[in-house]
Amino acid sequence: MTLSDVTLEHLRAVAGEPDADGRYEIVDEIARGGMGTVYRARDRELGREVALKVSLQPGNEAGLEERLLREARVLARLEHPGLVPVHDVGTLPDGRLFYAMKRVRGSRLDHHFAAEPSIPARLRTFERICETVACAHAHGVIHRDLKPENVMVGAFGEVLVLDWGVARLRDDGVAAAPGPVDEAPAPGRTAHGTVLGTPGYMAPEQARGDVEGTDERADVYALGAILYFLLTDAAPPPDGSAGSPRRRNPAVPRPLDSICTRALAAEAGQRYPTVQTLAADVSAFLSGRPVAAHREGPIEWASRQASRYRTPLLLIAAYLVMRAALLFWPR
Amino acid sequence: MGKPIFGLFLGAVLGVLDGSTAWFSAPEVRPQILSIVFFSMIKGLVAGVLIGVFAKKVRSLPLGILFGLAVGAFFAYLIAMQPNEQGGHYYWEIMLPGSILGMIVGYATQKHGAGGGAPAMGS
Repeated sequence: MTLSDVTLEHLRAVAGEPDADGRYEIVDEIARGGMGTVYRARDRELGREVALKVSLQPGNEAGLEERLLREARVLARLEHPGLVPVHDVGTLPDGRLFYAMKRVRGSRLDHHFAAEPSIPARLRTFERICETVACAHAHGVIHRDLKPENVMVGAFGEVLVLDWGVARLRDDGVAAAPGPVDEAPAPGRTAHGTVLGTPGYMAPEQARGDVEGTDERADVYALGAILYFLLTDAAPPPDGSAGSPRRRNPAVPRPLDSICTRALAAEAGQRYPTVQTLAADVSAFLSGRPVAAHREGPIEWASRQASRYRTPLLLIAAYLVMRAALLFWPR
Repeated sequence: MGKPIFGLFLGAVLGVLDGSTAWFSAPEVRPQILSIVFFSMIKGLVAGVLIGVFAKKVRSLPLGILFGLAVGAFFAYLIAMQPNEQGGHYYWEIMLPGSILGMIVGYATQKHGAGGGAPAMGS
């Protein structure tokens, strides 16, 4: 007797499903990553739907359970609308570690951007990501794996930053040992060698395994890479050579190009020192104010002022034209 | 400075400037220029207060501009109703610029003055 591919796939999925006879009833699988699988589940005690993140297998192979627990603790430590609240942590009857969190609905940032062509609207979403990351930094947490796949956007534009499994707590040592990436992962996938992160979104010092030198500015780099993606609709090259987004999309305004280029500087010292300063520059651009990363010429200055004060300038011009017309109008 | 007070000052200043243009646009009224400027200032002042009060109550740039247009046009109409020495009226000369000035005060009171401003229209 032979089994079809579909049957085999189903059996594999069923075999992989956690044994959750206790409080949680598994409904279906939502996502699968290198650290664990996220399931939609029903909390029998509270009668609500939750998301269960379950480690891949029992036992602490490759420190995966440690990372899962670290992620749960990081999320529990932070309280922000941009972070998913953790409800519960425990071990399933089959020995696998899990944590239960709020079930989030929405679309991944890259999918959201695909349906949202307006750059100002995208930038406002980007600002909310920055706010969340800045909150984490204020609590001593560095995400270290920011990328569009790890950000969800809800139906009302709310932003949720996910996947804190490789986050580093500033005061409790390190999560990644120094050394090069064991094998190059596919772009968009998190590396699981001695260095954790995603090529293209990973700061050079993080990619080198310079643990001591990896601080908040590594997240600034990753946010710069997300900004690059936002402006060009293309992921930054995995070799870290993204550079100016205007090279890929000449329509990108120069101030935004400068913001992105500064955030993506290879040297951490050349980047924005904090996420707040990056967000402040994006906010300045959105409101028509000068940005710190860009030195504008007189024509750019005039163009920005004209754009910022378009309505009053139009009204004053209308008044002057009206007055001039009445002056020369034959009576 | 509150929005009504801001509207009052701006309306008064623009009223003076607007009234002064009569020196060039209607040379025949130069003998009455002082009273024209004075009444134009009073018109701008009253309209400015009303537009400022509206801006305090309603936070909407388009509505603020629209309200400024209506108030500016109404007060300009009250002035334009007064006949000149020949019995004619300066409807267009007074109402068109007065309406635009009302819009300018409507915009300014929404964007400035204590109590916050409306989000920008357009960019």
